Amino acid sequence: MRVTVTLFARLRELAGRESLAVDVPEGATVADVWTAVGAACPGVAPFGASVSSAVNAEFARRHTVVREGDDVAFLPPVSGGAQT
Amino acid sequence: MISAVPHAITRDPLAVEPLLAALEAELRASGEGCGALVSFAGVVRATHQGRRVRHLEYEAFDALALRVFDRIGTEARDAWPSARLVIHHRTGRLAIGEASVVIVAAAAHRADAFRVCRYAIERVKQVAPIWKHEFFEDGEAWVEGAVADPDDEAARRTALETACA
Repeated sequence: MRVTVTLFARLRELAGRESLAVDVPEGATVADVWTAVGAACPGVAPFGASVSSAVNAEFARRHTVVREGDDVAFLPPVSGGAQT
Repeated sequence: MISAVPHAITRDPLAVEPLLAALEAELRASGEGCGALVSFAGVVRATHQGRRVRHLEYEAFDALALRVFDRIGTEARDAWPSARLVIHHRTGRLAIGEASVVIVAAAAHRADAFRVCRYAIERVKQVAPIWKHEFFEDGEAWVEGAVADPDDEAARRTALETACA
């Protein structure tokens, strides 16, 4: 099945694109989608654990199961506790 | 009865006064009024850690950010039942001196209104899917701190403690 992936901020820059479609098996999780994105865009793979995710514009977990046609987004760290 | 002032992610310039006036009008129309209104504006600085800033760019995941703003409003009401919050965040290219975020907070009493406003900006920084890209005279950098996780209770407590300090 196919899902659409959107990458934000530094992830988008590292990948050199804002969105892509990836094919994953039935029952695949957000973590599986991330692996597929890493294969398609090797530049983003080192980000790994610091990335958070959303499915259909709701925060998701790495074990969240995705479905055909879902919009999966990967989010680099936000400004967080930085004294900005 | 006027409708509730919504949160926003916008590429247009932000200003405090119209948002304050809108929230004040909403509260007046609702017949509830409020004891106190507090506003906050985050403004682009000319320097960051000794480096000269030329401009900033903000990028947001708009749909998710608006949901996060709603959630922050709910969290604030859980802590301070009279709280009413409106959060507007700018995206795109911002010059020095322009506001990147404006928050207006209302509560029954002044102490809570200040706390609600402080809590809101801390939570926006922690969990809103909004990224800041700084362009200096000698380079550029994304500002990255925390992994955005609204269910991280430790982060939420930190924001609460900061608000009540």
